[in-house]
Amino acid sequence: MSFGDYLLFIVGAILVNNILLAKFLGNCPFLGVSKRMDTATGMSMAVIFVTTLAGMITWVVQYYMLVPLEIEYLQTIAFILVIAALVQLVEIIMQKTMPALYRALGIFLPLITTNCAVLGVAIINIGEEYDFVDTLVFSFSSAVGYSLALILFAGIRERFAMAPIPKVFEGTAIGLVTAGFLALAFSGFGGLVGH
Amino acid sequence: MLIEALAIGGLGLASALGLGVAARIFAVEVDPLVQEIEEALPGANCGGCGFAGCASAAVAIASGKAPANVCVGGGPEIGATIAKILGVEVSFREPQIALPDCTYGTDKAELKFNYDGVRDCRAAVLLAGGAKVCEIGCLGLGTCAKACPFGAITIGADNLPHIDPSLCTGCGTCERVCPKNIIHLSSSTDRILQFNALENCVAPCQATCPAQINIPGYIKAVAEGRYEDAVLIIKEHNPLPLVCGRVCPHPCEDACRRGLDGEPVNINHIKRFAADYELNSGKRIKPLLLPSNGRKVAIIGGGPAGLTVAYYLVRLGYVPTIFEQQPKLGGMLRYGIPEYRLPKKILDWEIQGILELGVEARVNQKMGHDFTLQSLKDEGFEAIFVGPGCWASRNMQLEGEDLQGVLPGTDMLIDRGLEKPTPVGEKVVIIGGGNTALDCARTCWRLGAKEVTVLYRRSRKEMPANDIEVEEGAHEGLNYKFLAAPTRLIGENGKLKALEYITMELGEPDASGRRRPVPKKGSETIIEVDNVIAAIGQFPDLAFLEGDSGLKVTRWNTIDADETLGQTSVPGIFAAGDAVSGAATVVAAIGGARKAARSIHLYLGGKAQGDPERWYKKPSDVNRRITQIVGAPEPGTRAKMRELTVSERANSFVEVELGLLEEDARREAQRCLQCGLICYKKAGDSASCAACAGK
Repeated sequence: MSFGDYLLFIVGAILVNNILLAKFLGNCPFLGVSKRMDTATGMSMAVIFVTTLAGMITWVVQYYMLVPLEIEYLQTIAFILVIAALVQLVEIIMQKTMPALYRALGIFLPLITTNCAVLGVAIINIGEEYDFVDTLVFSFSSAVGYSLALILFAGIRERFAMAPIPKVFEGTAIGLVTAGFLALAFSGFGGLVGH
Repeated sequence: MLIEALAIGGLGLASALGLGVAARIFAVEVDPLVQEIEEALPGANCGGCGFAGCASAAVAIASGKAPANVCVGGGPEIGATIAKILGVEVSFREPQIALPDCTYGTDKAELKFNYDGVRDCRAAVLLAGGAKVCEIGCLGLGTCAKACPFGAITIGADNLPHIDPSLCTGCGTCERVCPKNIIHLSSSTDRILQFNALENCVAPCQATCPAQINIPGYIKAVAEGRYEDAVLIIKEHNPLPLVCGRVCPHPCEDACRRGLDGEPVNINHIKRFAADYELNSGKRIKPLLLPSNGRKVAIIGGGPAGLTVAYYLVRLGYVPTIFEQQPKLGGMLRYGIPEYRLPKKILDWEIQGILELGVEARVNQKMGHDFTLQSLKDEGFEAIFVGPGCWASRNMQLEGEDLQGVLPGTDMLIDRGLEKPTPVGEKVVIIGGGNTALDCARTCWRLGAKEVTVLYRRSRKEMPANDIEVEEGAHEGLNYKFLAAPTRLIGENGKLKALEYITMELGEPDASGRRRPVPKKGSETIIEVDNVIAAIGQFPDLAFLEGDSGLKVTRWNTIDADETLGQTSVPGIFAAGDAVSGAATVVAAIGGARKAARSIHLYLGGKAQGDPERWYKKPSDVNRRITQIVGAPEPGTRAKMRELTVSERANSFVEVELGLLEEDARREAQRCLQCGLICYKKAGDSASCAACAGK
């Protein structure tokens, strides 16, 4: 692919085929960690790191272990194993290098383990038959798209605290409605790139 | 199958090895103490403690930057668990709740912030204050309510924060986020030690009340049907609401801004209604008591001042003991105020409530006879309060004062209080124009006197007795002879037979500001009388103070003490009430006694008694009509209290006033303007705000 193709590929992953708002993967942490901008930012950084790394390693596992051994049907269980180990790795590294963020994220950090967006990206990489570089770029871009949606959503939700929201809509209810509007807004990017 | 097992097992093994290596490389030494504390915390990451999550709070606790009880969401059990982990002792922590100072909502002001789209108090303040003119008022955008982690704050229809005490944990989040500093944490101790200061927002009635009761607060509570809250608000600053609800001369009503447009709110009777509610419910509404610190304080005198000091000291954790000369507590409340105004069983119930808090009382204990100041110190009392009241009557300095049938007013009332026989003749003259004179006159009428005359040397206008007492006396058939002074008491065989008096006219004003009465020459008149009762003034009988007590006495024979602090000339000995101020009101004694309790608390804590220069000294007149500025509740007509008919009162000491009915009390409470400081200025209103404060 040329540079232009990669650019479209990246834009497509971030905006058009946003893993969160177009494919609806990773909704749990999207709603759970988006109440405050600082935790949303920390979560985003962790997701970018884990997704990119998971994309690469699962690609290697797929093509150098599952395919040669003809056990592709074990893809899901193998990928979950890899992602869970990666999350643990992130936690260990973060505790050492960013203790403040580690403490602030608290119980949200293990949520990444159950973040289906990470698994989803890994499976899409294989399903779309991307090569290793494409996998790297797509994984990174998808995670950036996820982070973009999460941070935008956190920005909106922080303003909820100052808005006169009807009692029945407070909390997750208005969050889901807003997530729907955000997805609708992102659908406006449809057709920006070829696929 | 073997291949699959080996592949997944190998993958798992590789992951485990990778994590193992990473764990070695990025090993973090977790303090086991921190870990243990973190496990004890609820893990809810509510932020109420001020730290970013429970893990951060655990680090702070382990490093000593936060106390063991920092967790406000988990309750005291978690505090106790953490204290156990830390190996520290669990001690009582006085609960705190948030209280807003501002009582004037933004509905009274133009709101620039709404049409600017600002919905956060902090952002509004950054916008240079908009249309607001007040430096201290609440902006009402509700940042505190949004920030409260426990949902304890709501913004009411009045655009002011309302705190639910049952949900408030005292975490202080609201205090931290409020940009106008109108919301503060407050404990019971804070409220006991708090006196009106110049910077406070207080309504004119509260500024005038000698006890500084939060009058708008309890009136609002009654208006909303929250009677228990009303009782607690009153008891913050007045431990004798049943008594004051009956006998207070209510200077607050003279300052009531409603009175500028009509009749003032019937404040005292609303207070009596709330107090009667507690009495009739049969359930004591107890205030918060701090755990006992075992420190003993002696209180000499069980009157309103002594009872008040005992009440506040026991609430602050001290062990007060009252020494009372008479057989029962109550002082002049029992022995000076007649039964028809203050029934003894009601007084007993009120006093019993104070004793039940943990106050010891030793009656029939006379100072100088049964104990001395030194013996009290030897017994371990670390501070002493002296509040003997004013029990001695001034004599008339007239010829014939020692005749049989002439007696001091206080003596007669005290004899009534002691249930001694107090016969009076058919014709009685009372000398004096104060409440004691009226009490004597109305008592004599009930004892069967056929003709009771009150002789007062000035005019009706100058009479210091409460208007209601004078009116009620007139209903009962008392004769008033104003501008008349006794000159001679005439006797026969040592028994009073007649009284000579002279007519007076008013001359130039004297030191008291009242016009001085001057005798009219040749206007002497003689009337036949059976009794003359002198109620022309009282003073403390300080003979009990032993010579070497060191307590200084003023030239008016009162105890020389600082009226603001209650400090006498001897460190550790405090005084308040009538014995310091001279004969005054019950509510004044209560106000002075709370100040003395504060001083005792500070003295025993080794602290300076403070500089009260920013306390209100004297409230100014209220001169602005609130209804001209804001929409106010309808004036309505002042609720009248039910009372016995005159025929029912004759020969009877049954209580005359019967209290307000519930619907009357609530309607009366709804007449209250709830005025405080007017913080805001509507567009085009040139009125300044400060003039409305009760300063």
